[in-house]
Amino acid sequence: MSFTIKVGLASCGRAAGAVEVYEAIDKYLSKNKIKAELKKTACIGMCFSEPLVEFVAEDGSSITYGKVKPVEIPELIKQFNNRSPIKNNIILSNHLKGSENTNLNNQVRIALRNCGNINPESLDDYLANKGYQSLEKVLNEMSQEEVIEEIKKSGLRGRGGAGFPTGLKWSFALQAENKKKYVVCNADEGDPGAFMDRSVLEGDPHSIIEGMAICAYAIGADEGYIYCRAEYPLAIKHLKKAIKDAESAGYLGHKILGKNFSFKVHIKEGAGAFVCGEETALMASIEGQRGMPRIRPPFPATSGLWGKPTNINNVETLANIAWIILNGSAEYSKFGTEKSKGTKVFALAGKIKNSGLIEVPMGMPLRNVIYDVGGGMLTDKPFKAVQLGGPSGGCIPEKLLDTIVDYDSITKTGAIMGSGGMVVMDTSTCMVDVAKFFLNFTQNESCGKCTFCRIGTKRMLEILTRITEGKGKMEDIDTLENLAENIIKGSLCGLGQTAPNPVLTTLRYFRDEYIEHIMNKKCPAGVCTSLIKFEVIEDKCVGCTACARKCPVNCISGEVKKIHKIDQDKCIKCGVCLETCKFDAIKKS
Amino acid sequence: MIKNKKQIDEIISKFIGKKGSLIPLMQEIQNIERYLSIDTMRYLSEKSGVKLAEIYGVATFYTMFKLKPQGKHIVRICKGTACHVSGANSIARSLKQELNLKDNEDTTKDGLFTIMEVACLGCCSLAPVIMIDDNTYGKLTPDSVVDILKKYN
Repeated sequence: MSFTIKVGLASCGRAAGAVEVYEAIDKYLSKNKIKAELKKTACIGMCFSEPLVEFVAEDGSSITYGKVKPVEIPELIKQFNNRSPIKNNIILSNHLKGSENTNLNNQVRIALRNCGNINPESLDDYLANKGYQSLEKVLNEMSQEEVIEEIKKSGLRGRGGAGFPTGLKWSFALQAENKKKYVVCNADEGDPGAFMDRSVLEGDPHSIIEGMAICAYAIGADEGYIYCRAEYPLAIKHLKKAIKDAESAGYLGHKILGKNFSFKVHIKEGAGAFVCGEETALMASIEGQRGMPRIRPPFPATSGLWGKPTNINNVETLANIAWIILNGSAEYSKFGTEKSKGTKVFALAGKIKNSGLIEVPMGMPLRNVIYDVGGGMLTDKPFKAVQLGGPSGGCIPEKLLDTIVDYDSITKTGAIMGSGGMVVMDTSTCMVDVAKFFLNFTQNESCGKCTFCRIGTKRMLEILTRITEGKGKMEDIDTLENLAENIIKGSLCGLGQTAPNPVLTTLRYFRDEYIEHIMNKKCPAGVCTSLIKFEVIEDKCVGCTACARKCPVNCISGEVKKIHKIDQDKCIKCGVCLETCKFDAIKKS
Repeated sequence: MIKNKKQIDEIISKFIGKKGSLIPLMQEIQNIERYLSIDTMRYLSEKSGVKLAEIYGVATFYTMFKLKPQGKHIVRICKGTACHVSGANSIARSLKQELNLKDNEDTTKDGLFTIMEVACLGCCSLAPVIMIDDNTYGKLTPDSVVDILKKYN
C-alpha cells in the first residue's frame, strides 16, 4: 500500500522541531523500504500543535497528528498501515468520527487555500491546484478594464490595514499615463503579533507572484518588486525559488504565455525599519534611501517608485486575486458584510488555546473567533482584552466581544482591523504595561521626520513609564490624552497618526487600572515590577533552599530546613522564586 | 584597515550603476565584514561616488546595519506582543545572566555571542521565541533557553 506523508516545515514548525521529525520519517522509510511519498509542506495554521504530520492514504482519507516526536514515527506509520490509527494526538481526520476539528470547520480558506496542503517549493504542486489558471484566463479572455471591474465587484479591500478598495486603487494606476509602471508587493510585515504574510509567503509563494502578474497586466506594468522583511529568511528563500521556476515555465518574463505581456519580479530585502511598511517610505527604501514617508499627494498611482506610476498591495490582498478571477467576484462577495466583503486572515496569539493562523468570513463576531475557532482561553485565567491591529490598534474589552469582524465595526471600538494580528490577554496582563510596550515600540520606530511623532511619543512613553513606576499623577492622564490628540493631528503617516491608539483604547476601557497605579501605587495584574513585591509565607516555607539556589541575584537567605527570607532591597522581582517553590510559600503582592 | 578588500571590490563592481542598489550593496558587505566600520563606509563612498553622509544616514536608519563588531552567533530575542505577554523579559534576563552581559552590553567578551532585541519574529504562536543565527526556538522557559545556548558554545 502506498501513501503520502506531509510534514509542515514553515518557520513555526521548524521552531517546534519539525525538521527532526522530517528526518526521522525519511530515515525510517528508507531503512524499512516502505513505499511512501514524503512531502514537505508549510503551515496549515494550527501552530499550537506543531510539529504536524499528515498521513494521506491512496483513497484520499487522511489523518493529521499534532505535537509529533521523532520517536513516535515507527508506531504512527505502522498503525496507519494497519488502518488502526492511534487516537492520541489526532487533531484532524476525515474518516474518524468524533475528531472533526472545529478550528478548521469554522473557517473559509481563500487566501490560505494552499497553505499547508502543497509543497511551496514545487511549481507542479501549485499547478495541480489550479495555479496560474487565473493568469491564463486573464491573458486569454479579459481586457485590462474587465479585470479591474471584476476586482471592484468582488469588494476586496486592502488587507494591509487601511482597507482601501483594491479595484479602485488599480483603476487609478491604469489611468496614469506612462510607459513605465511598477507593481509592488508590501511584505514588510512589521506589526508585532502578526505573521499571516510570513505564512502565505512561506506556504504559497506562487499565489503572490500570480496576483502580482494579474495586477501588472491590469494596470499595464512590466516590472515588480516584493519588499520582504529580512527577518523572514525562509519566506525569501521560497520566493526566490518560486520566481525562478515561474520564469523557466514562462509565467514570468518576456511575452508571458506567448502573449504581448512581459513582467519580471525582483525581491528587495528590508533592512529593519517598521516605518517602511508605509507605502512612500517603502518606495524610498527600494530606491536605496532612508525609509522616510513623504507627503501625499502625489499618490503612488501617479508618482511612485522612481517617479513612475506604482501600485502597492499587501501580501494577503494579492493572495486573494487569483481565487477571485477564477471563481468570480460574486462567489467572493457572498462572504462578508455590506462594506467588508470576503474573508480575513488573523494571527491568533497570546493566551489562547489554538494559537495560529485562521481565515474567517468577515462579519464573524470576535467572540466566535476567540472561543469557537480559537478554542478559548489557554489557562483558567479569565479573558481581559484582545489586542487588534498591533501598535496602531487597540485593546478591546470583554463587553465589546460581540463586535463583528469588519473594517468599520472595529474602527468604532477605537482599535483598527490592521493587518490581522490578534493577541488575546488574560488577567495576568497589565493594560498600562501593554500601552507602554506599544509606545516604546512606536517611539523606537518613529523615523523622526514629524515633530509630534518624534517628541510626542517620547513624552507619552515617559509618562507611562512614570505611572508604571508608581510615580504618576492624576493630571498625567489628561496630558496623555492631550498629547495623543496632537500626535494624531500633527503626523504625516500612519505610524504617527495611529501611535496613540493603544493608549487611548486602554484609557477608554481600562481607566480604573491607570487610576489604581497612580492613586494606590498598585499594579492589579502584578506585572509592573516597581509596584510588586515577593515575600516568603513563613507558615508554608519548609526550608528546601530551592528558591535560594535559583535566585539570580542571591537575595534569598536561609539555611536548610529553616524559614527563608527575601532581601527586598536586592530583589529584582523576576519571579523565579515563585515559579520554583513547590510549596506555594512565596506570595506576590 | 579593511580586511576583505578584494571581496568588497567585487561586490561594488557587481552593483555599481544599478539603481536602488545602495542597501543590498551594504547588506552584502556587512555579510562579509559582519559590521560596517567607518573605514569600510569611507572606502565604499570613494569607490561608488555616493556621499559618505548618505551611506552613514542609511546605515544608522536601519536596525540591521551594525556599526560595531558582532559576535559569531547572533541571538535575536523576540519582543513582539505575544512574546511580551508570555514572558520575553525573563528569557532576556536569563540569557544576559548566562552570558555575563551587563545591561548596556550586547556582545560577549569572547566574541561568541551578540544578543539583540527584535520587534517580532513572526512565530507568535510559539511565544516566547528567540532566533540564533537562522534557527528559531519556541515555547522557551528561562531554563530551556540556557540549554539551547549551550549547543552553540
